[in-house]
Amino acid sequence: MNVGQLVGSYLRAKPLNTVLNIFLLALGIAVITVLLLFNKQLQQKIEENVKGIDLVVGAKGSPLQLILCSIFHIDFPTGNIKLPEAEQLARHRLIKRAIPLALGDSYRGYRIVGTGRAYADLYGAEVEQGTWWNRDLEVVAGANVARYGNLKVGDKVVSQHGLSEEGSHHDEHSLVCTGVLKKTGSVLDNLLLTNVATVWAVHEEHEEHETHDAVPGDSIANPSALVPGIEAGDSTREITSLLIEFRNPMAAIQLPRYINTQTNMQAASPAFETARLFSLLGTGADVLTAFAYVIIFISGLSIFIALYNSLKERRYDLAIMRSMGASRPRLFFTIVAEGVTLTSVGSIFGLLLGHGVLWLFTEAVKESSQTGFTAFVFYPEELWMLGASLVLGFICSLIPAVQAYRTDIHKVLAG
Amino acid sequence: MIQVSGLQYQYPNATALSFPDFVVEKGEHLLLLGNSGSGKTTLLHLLGGLLKVKAGSIRVGTADLATLSEPEMDRFRGRHYGFIFQRNHLIQALSVKNNLLMAPFLAGLPPDEHRAEHVLHQLNLGDKIHARVNQLSQGQAQRVAIARAILNKPDVILADEPTSALDDQNCERVAGLLLQIATENNATLIVATHDQRLKSKIQNRIQL
Repeated sequence: MNVGQLVGSYLRAKPLNTVLNIFLLALGIAVITVLLLFNKQLQQKIEENVKGIDLVVGAKGSPLQLILCSIFHIDFPTGNIKLPEAEQLARHRLIKRAIPLALGDSYRGYRIVGTGRAYADLYGAEVEQGTWWNRDLEVVAGANVARYGNLKVGDKVVSQHGLSEEGSHHDEHSLVCTGVLKKTGSVLDNLLLTNVATVWAVHEEHEEHETHDAVPGDSIANPSALVPGIEAGDSTREITSLLIEFRNPMAAIQLPRYINTQTNMQAASPAFETARLFSLLGTGADVLTAFAYVIIFISGLSIFIALYNSLKERRYDLAIMRSMGASRPRLFFTIVAEGVTLTSVGSIFGLLLGHGVLWLFTEAVKESSQTGFTAFVFYPEELWMLGASLVLGFICSLIPAVQAYRTDIHKVLAG
Repeated sequence: MIQVSGLQYQYPNATALSFPDFVVEKGEHLLLLGNSGSGKTTLLHLLGGLLKVKAGSIRVGTADLATLSEPEMDRFRGRHYGFIFQRNHLIQALSVKNNLLMAPFLAGLPPDEHRAEHVLHQLNLGDKIHARVNQLSQGQAQRVAIARAILNKPDVILADEPTSALDDQNCERVAGLLLQIATENNATLIVATHDQRLKSKIQNRIQL
């Protein structure tokens, strides 16, 4: 016989009450856990994807759209910018590195990005099978594209215009997959990478053969800094955006203003725009969190009422226990132990439930596993929740425990 | 063993109750007789340390109950007393065995399952060890309460109206068992009751 057995016996003696109390708390904790896991991972993904990109420069329009399009690849481009303008900007003394992006096509819903190797290096990408692209019309596939899009090294890649799978096909100029990348956990996993010229080539064909000589590499006198393989200052060429890394903190102040006022392009800060996005999403999450806290409050109330009521029935039990030598603190402790047991079991169950729900979600929804969400990570906040639920148990059982402490043995046993 | 002198007790807004002086030797038994309201439960609770001695003194062995602090009294009760009440007041949530083992647990003694089994056999309840309390008849429950009271081999067994709720047959049986088991364990049995049927069982008596 020990306190654990005693508490367990009392809890088992009222199974429905116990289950209800545990379930209520577990529900509240589970909602918070899911939000926590989701939010944390989303934030982490965003940070990973934004890493090394201080500024995005593209055509004028919505800055959020530019960020969503150029970094997360979940929106359409704001338009195109002229290559000479981009080249000129890339030479700016405050810019350490500028990576060009040419967008516009996709393969089975996965975006084809015309860029340079520097873009892949940004996310530390490595080739798992095959090789990097070496010439025009060669692509490498991100890990998820290969896996879920069934793409292997050597396969033909038929691209579509736009991002939807129903877009018009560029049948005549099919691309070849030369490599598959290792999983990076970044947006790269869902992309096909190639050089800028490939995107141009596919589109020229789409735009009814607007004449451009397929320039052989050796005849270029002054190659473009952004797109090796063509002449610098080719005003007929366009790209979608530039990903920029600053040379020093000064740039954060000067560059955006310079670009927005002195050029036809716009500059958008990933940090600022994602923070704005989060504050928009945050409202929904806040409502859910508040809802979860209401559930937890009700579960606390329910535990309090259950203990308070059971104490009336247990008046004799408590008095008898005193007559057998139990001290007042011991009765206090027994009641508190009961409350704390309920809340700790409830919160452990809730944490498991939260992870379980996210696991089911990642299993059921293809996109979520592609974005790298997982149910099998644990955050320190979860320990905090566990700790807080112990405190909750203590608070709920405090009044009943004080009553137990004050039990007048003589009155109860003589009455 | 037990020595009572000049004992008085006053409830708020009531006249003081005075109790006669008496001495009970170890192994002797005592009957506290009186009608309801005569103060026999009060005396029993004073003897058991459930009420604090405020005037006069009660000595149990070497201890003066008036001088014990509350935690000391709790400890003292656990080690030296066994209580039996009119209603048996077993803990419903626990099995018979765990009800018995509460006694050593709350007294801070090591649990002794063999002792629990032994005592249950003594009281003819050997087959009920794993039963739930609500599966017992009233007579059986009262016997479990007796088993619990003597489990820690107490020096003193205090019984408050242990037979009042029982019919003649059960009364006879419980009274017999109480005496027998108290004698076997060399414990002093003090019974507070208005039940005249017990008069013939215990010679030593105090009329309140």
